Amino acid sequence: MLPIPYRVIGRHVETRDSVTLDLEPVREQLPPFRPGQFTMLYARGVGEIAISISGDASRADGILTQTIRDVGAVSHALHALTPGEVLGARGPFGTGWRFDSAYGREVVIVAGGVGLAPLRPVLIEAINGRADHPRTVLIAGARTPSEFLFREQLDSWASIPGLEVVLTIDQPAQDWAGPVGFVTEPLSRLQLRPGSTTAFLCGPEPMMRFSAAVLIGRGMAEKDIRISVERNMKCGVGLCGHCQLGPLLVCRDGPVVDYALARPLLAVREL
Amino acid sequence: MTSAEQFSEFAPFQRLTPTQREAVAQLARPVDFTAGSRLFEEGQDAVGCWLIQVGQVALSTEVPGRGQVVVQTLGPGEVLGWSWLVPPHQWQFTATAPGPVSAMELDTARLLALAEHEPAMGYPLALGFCEILLTRLQSARARLLDLYANPRER
Repeated sequence: MLPIPYRVIGRHVETRDSVTLDLEPVREQLPPFRPGQFTMLYARGVGEIAISISGDASRADGILTQTIRDVGAVSHALHALTPGEVLGARGPFGTGWRFDSAYGREVVIVAGGVGLAPLRPVLIEAINGRADHPRTVLIAGARTPSEFLFREQLDSWASIPGLEVVLTIDQPAQDWAGPVGFVTEPLSRLQLRPGSTTAFLCGPEPMMRFSAAVLIGRGMAEKDIRISVERNMKCGVGLCGHCQLGPLLVCRDGPVVDYALARPLLAVREL
Repeated sequence: MTSAEQFSEFAPFQRLTPTQREAVAQLARPVDFTAGSRLFEEGQDAVGCWLIQVGQVALSTEVPGRGQVVVQTLGPGEVLGWSWLVPPHQWQFTATAPGPVSAMELDTARLLALAEHEPAMGYPLALGFCEILLTRLQSARARLLDLYANPRER
């Protein structure tokens, strides 16, 4: 329950409000994480927030990679950290994407905005284990071309055989020759084998709802759709109830849940 | 002439019977556009409808100071061109092919006549077009929500 000190050893600016930090343990390190899990990151004297881990889960050197968007007091402080500075980390917490259960199946990944960060470990796993999946599709949406996370990596992923990458933007942009439209549009024209596909969705809640509706409309079962829900976490271990979502404590029972479980909960206002 | 089976991949024709699809196929011809081609221009009389098979089409409008602004792109499996269906039958946007495009082009004057003459075909056709229209409207509404904006900047 106590934060472990980690030192920033790398800071990569992703977009005007997001950075990816590489963190090295000062002494002891956190246990290995599973894709989809999060840590509680502590900015000294400011506070602690839950941040999904965006790095490679197979990395054995103890380096933690976290992508942070500057949206509030704590994320602002974390976002401002520079190499050499220290933060506190607890975790890893929560459920993972359970990507291994999609073995042998086609994989559709839909990410909206910073929702790409928690899905990056899944993508890395999908790329490393391409032989295990007949097909992997990534549909990523952003407001504008400059707001895609991991832009260089997305471009290199697009050239990997067996991985289809579709990047689409919401707002018209002069410097963009790719698709313009909401993520549901490429999703609805995707060649899909509903019975043998697993979908992973992460992004703003309405985006996930709309995307899930398209997939269900095309014959996919709710149980084959996984989403990452977000609520304000406090303890991270299911004790304080701060992140309760109906019968779930998101820090413990989530953030990744099957849509069969999540759909009725997301339909309740102010839950 | 185009094969009727190809039409089953496009929403407006999925509710049609094989015989009806055959009738529609008689009104279609395969077309190819080179990169930079303009399929139609905003303000012109709306004639034709394209079922995109390969490539991408950009819909744009002229905005002073910004030039031609692309508001939406359409890809394989999608239908381009609606304004022939409803008055005043004028294109509301300009359609351009940024790269090579292959499509089936429909003779919309004859298609309209066919649908009006045979309501049993016109109704499922209209329903199919409505379905696409609804999907596009919902996507446009989703984009209006500006979901990916930084909460601090809302």
